Amino acid sequence: MSAPLLRVKDLTRLYGARVGCRDVSFDLWPGEVMGIVGESGSGKTTLLSCLSARLEPTAGSVQYDVRGQGLTDIYIMGEPRRRMLMRTDWGIVHQNPRDGLRMGVSAGANVGERLMAVGARHYGDIRARADEWLGKVEIESERLDDLPLTFSGGMLQRLQIARNLVTHPRLVFMDEPTGGLDVSVQARLLDLLRRLVTDLNLAAIIVTHDLAVARLLAHRLMVMKNGEVVESGLTDQVLDDPHHPYTQLLVSSVLMP
Amino acid sequence: MTHATGYNFAYLDEQTKRMIRRAILKAVAIPGYQVPFGSREMPLPYGWGTGGIQVTAAVIGADDTLKVIDQGADDTTNAVSIRRFFARTAGIATTERTEAATIIQTRHRIPETPLAEGQILVYQVPIPEPLRWLEPRETETRKMHALADYGVMHVKLYEDIARFGRIATTYDYPVLVNGRYLMRPSPIPKFDNPKMHMSPALQLFGAGREKRIYAVPPYTAVKSLDFDDHPFEVQAWDQACALCGATDSFLDEVVTDDKGGRMYVCSDTDYCGRRREAQEAAQ
Repeated sequence: MSAPLLRVKDLTRLYGARVGCRDVSFDLWPGEVMGIVGESGSGKTTLLSCLSARLEPTAGSVQYDVRGQGLTDIYIMGEPRRRMLMRTDWGIVHQNPRDGLRMGVSAGANVGERLMAVGARHYGDIRARADEWLGKVEIESERLDDLPLTFSGGMLQRLQIARNLVTHPRLVFMDEPTGGLDVSVQARLLDLLRRLVTDLNLAAIIVTHDLAVARLLAHRLMVMKNGEVVESGLTDQVLDDPHHPYTQLLVSSVLMP
Repeated sequence: MTHATGYNFAYLDEQTKRMIRRAILKAVAIPGYQVPFGSREMPLPYGWGTGGIQVTAAVIGADDTLKVIDQGADDTTNAVSIRRFFARTAGIATTERTEAATIIQTRHRIPETPLAEGQILVYQVPIPEPLRWLEPRETETRKMHALADYGVMHVKLYEDIARFGRIATTYDYPVLVNGRYLMRPSPIPKFDNPKMHMSPALQLFGAGREKRIYAVPPYTAVKSLDFDDHPFEVQAWDQACALCGATDSFLDEVVTDDKGGRMYVCSDTDYCGRRREAQEAAQ
């Protein structure tokens, strides 16, 4: 079997004496979708920031399988390479699309930004690629030159996804990708995400507090509480047969319509 | 000519001039890199050329000849005041002829007459950071310069083409110096950008309020950013200068009455005047 895409060992992030997350270890394999669930304040977002090279951990290591180099510690490789990685091999989808988009420039420029950052200098090509990706996330071509300000919440989130996937990343980090969207839009976005993840053989780490989202998208699940992983395993296994008291509480708290 | 008593030569004290010269040396050594310096209070307001005037004061010597232009003209308030300022405080010779000057301080233009080796062109710069409107954090823009992380500049040009069908930036057009640093050429029209490329003259840029000095040494590559399918191009006019008939110079539109009358004239007054003199002499 091939090497893991991401190897996390004893990852700890402290905020002074308070714990952000503690002793998290796991391997992520190519094409695998990992869900991280837990209540708010349980350290999900801290963990995601540490994994996606945006927050230096206090201890432990995050190793990524860099193309042609094998597993490399992302906090040791140096800023230029880390930035290159973040804009080519990785994608980061923020909960609030306004954090991940440039609201002042058109949808096309938003999608094309990564291409230009890695050296694309042909306007027609960049525009064609942006148009193609808008199509893949179900945004009409005629909105290509519109400002994101004129987009609805669901469209913004899809635009953000297109912007991240345009360079064909292998690993995408998502922080509550469906947060703040109404249920029908959520369903459509989840459908889209599931299709893209399968078609592109993406690996993804998805932070969510919504167990339905986790069940739909994630192959594997980690349950966090007070900064520690209390239970992990296959999604169906964790959700259908929770062992840890906290997971049992979490699963039983879901409202059934 | 002797200079006014009570002031040091060229107004600034010698230690300040040294400090500025050190910044200039560093700027020349790293073309396009913005070097911080301890900008001083000058006897004119910010935005009127406090950066340029400090650079000029630091490099000027008793045997230099100074020309000052503002929007290409030698006779505007800003140009006249700065020229008189150095005539008084340094007692140096001044001129309006481009080729007779050893130092030319400029705002918004590069002279039409080609510059020569040994000449120094000093630009007045309002905002030195080319990435400022795209990235507000200074820590981040410095990091972007350090990593040559300039993709975002093309996002702006892309947006221009998407909205207007062409690159609509007409002045302060971003350039890449020596294949490395992204630089703001100060608010000169993009018409003048090609003149910076491989210029035999030394080009110094001073931003007084922002406290930055940068430079383009002689014979340095200066490339205006563009797209492969939307190459960089300069403005063109379908008229010639109404006074001297020049077709190769940057023209200003001058409104002549309130009935829609207007004329186009060279913005470089020295260039225009000398062409007219030559035409009259020929007749």
